[in-house]
Amino acid sequence: MARITYMQAINDALAQEMERDETVVVFGEDNVGGTGSPGEMDAWGGVMGVTKGLYGKFPNQIFDTPISESAFIGAAAGAACSGLRPVAELMFVDFMGVCFDQIFNQAAKFKYMFGGKAKTPMVIRTMYGAGIRAASQHSQALYPLFTHIPGLKVVVPSTPYDAKGLMIASIRDDDPVIFFENKVLYAVEGEVPDEAYAIPLGEAEIVREGDDVTIVAIGRMVSMAEQAAADLSSDGIEVEIVDPRTLSPLDTDTIYESVENTGRLVVVDEANPRCSMASDIASLVAQNCFEHLKAAPQMVTAPHAPPPFSPSLEDLYVPDPEKVADAVRKTVGQGVAS
Amino acid sequence: MKTYRDRRELLETMLMIRAFDEKVDELYAAGALHGTAHFYVGQEAVAVGVISALRDGDVITGTHRGHGHALAFGLDVERMAAELLGRASGYCHGKGGSMHIADVGAGMLGANGIVGGSMGIACGAAWAFKQRKEDRVAVCFFGDGGANEGIFHETLNMAAIWKLPILFVCENNQYGMSMSVKKAFAIEKISERASGYGMPGATVNGMELDEVNHVASEAVERARSGDGPTLLEAVTYRYLGHSKSDANLYRTREEISEWRERDAIERFAAVLEEEGVLNHQELRDLETQVHERMENAFEKADREAEPEPESALEDIYA
Repeated sequence: MARITYMQAINDALAQEMERDETVVVFGEDNVGGTGSPGEMDAWGGVMGVTKGLYGKFPNQIFDTPISESAFIGAAAGAACSGLRPVAELMFVDFMGVCFDQIFNQAAKFKYMFGGKAKTPMVIRTMYGAGIRAASQHSQALYPLFTHIPGLKVVVPSTPYDAKGLMIASIRDDDPVIFFENKVLYAVEGEVPDEAYAIPLGEAEIVREGDDVTIVAIGRMVSMAEQAAADLSSDGIEVEIVDPRTLSPLDTDTIYESVENTGRLVVVDEANPRCSMASDIASLVAQNCFEHLKAAPQMVTAPHAPPPFSPSLEDLYVPDPEKVADAVRKTVGQGVAS
Repeated sequence: MKTYRDRRELLETMLMIRAFDEKVDELYAAGALHGTAHFYVGQEAVAVGVISALRDGDVITGTHRGHGHALAFGLDVERMAAELLGRASGYCHGKGGSMHIADVGAGMLGANGIVGGSMGIACGAAWAFKQRKEDRVAVCFFGDGGANEGIFHETLNMAAIWKLPILFVCENNQYGMSMSVKKAFAIEKISERASGYGMPGATVNGMELDEVNHVASEAVERARSGDGPTLLEAVTYRYLGHSKSDANLYRTREEISEWRERDAIERFAAVLEEEGVLNHQELRDLETQVHERMENAFEKADREAEPEPESALEDIYA
């Protein structure tokens, strides 16, 4: 067990899987970042440095691609049908727009459309989220778009431990997985075992136990919920925090069980609110746990607006612990007496 | 995949492709088939000419106009017919239909409902072969319409820089739905684009099977020996409409009959007669046999069971 960053945890997972299985290949724009140039071979290691150092260990399993997302995401799907386990990096999730066909019409549908006879074991790693002043085309949290598509799996790790275990599970999975890495979390440290381990896709984690309000929080929002929980606890409100970890498949059982106990739900999601994970989870709970609810479910999300650039505006855009705490107090305040 | 033993079999496969799609056309007209289909009639020499240049282990990706590629690759007529009829015994258990016939295990990586949609997939297969040091080649079929999609640019460049074992076959059938290639391209030959990617390009008469096969064989050999991709443009013509709903009003009867006069099957049959491979009577007999086989295949497929309702929710995930 060592204390490493979320970024290093992903790097470790990629290295251990490439070591274990030579059909695991990693590629994307600047993943090596310097091959064929006069300078340092492994100069960049991905735009944020997640794949740094892998080229030295696995020169035949990591590649740079040209800025051709349709081509290399399509190639990942074709290679997955032809004996490889590709891990493609699609730098920012915002860039999915230029290659969406290859993801939702091709990779996601091979198995179904071809009568079950295709296997498409591929991972698309991508960065999401606001917080680094990168403006509207580099800051979105677009996981609901992918969760909507049958055939895709969607993973959003919130800690270094989960990032490693979920990446390993994603690589070993036989379906296309979209793996969302939060760029603000890259520097966050946590305890991570040295050895390889897989966290099953579709199992939520109860991050904090409590009997008063269930908070379902996604990705970076888990830490916002944890900060709110500490504040609320001093007021005598004990929240239970559920981190779904994967959005597709979604562990609804764990969410329902928690809400059946607390009777109150707050969903915290940094994506836009319409047709989102927040609205989906709120709706599922309303349909399936109605008799247990003591108050209307609340959503704490970004507004229905693109992410703004100005630091002062962006800070208002992303849900923060204060907004989470307000939403929790609202559900407690409006509740019928228990 | 299918191994072509002799020249007679090349002709027989072209006849099968035509008979299959003519039967499909007839069944649509009679209301016996649902959805849509895109007919390969007129383009038979391209699929057969290219695929007969391949060998076991090679793979192809097709297009929405994909029955010809599948049949030339050796897919079973009955299972294709069953798929078009939406039956459980079809290649995709009735969940794919005309535009998604595939036999991935055999190397037919799928027809494709998206114009240009399979170009990245074919590159990925070729890349996997190269990465795993397998002596295999991928062929990517697409149309003149696909050549104007963005993914054409991306994949040709990527295949060239990585020297992938792939052959890009552009079936220029003169129309992207209703838009003439004369309006859709500012160049004479689509193969001219190859030089922009640093790969060889060639334009062949897609109505001449031997010419298609000859140039395709050279390109496949180049791919196999590690010299990278080729862009092959086959100039051809679709005799029938874009799809079964096309009334063909954007072109003239004269143009269609001019192309029909250059018919690939008639030309190749004449060559075989000249070579003494088969005489006129044997040709008529072969045509009759092929038609009977199609009738039987569709009749048999029609007696196959409908898919079970629960199968609609199966095979979404591994």
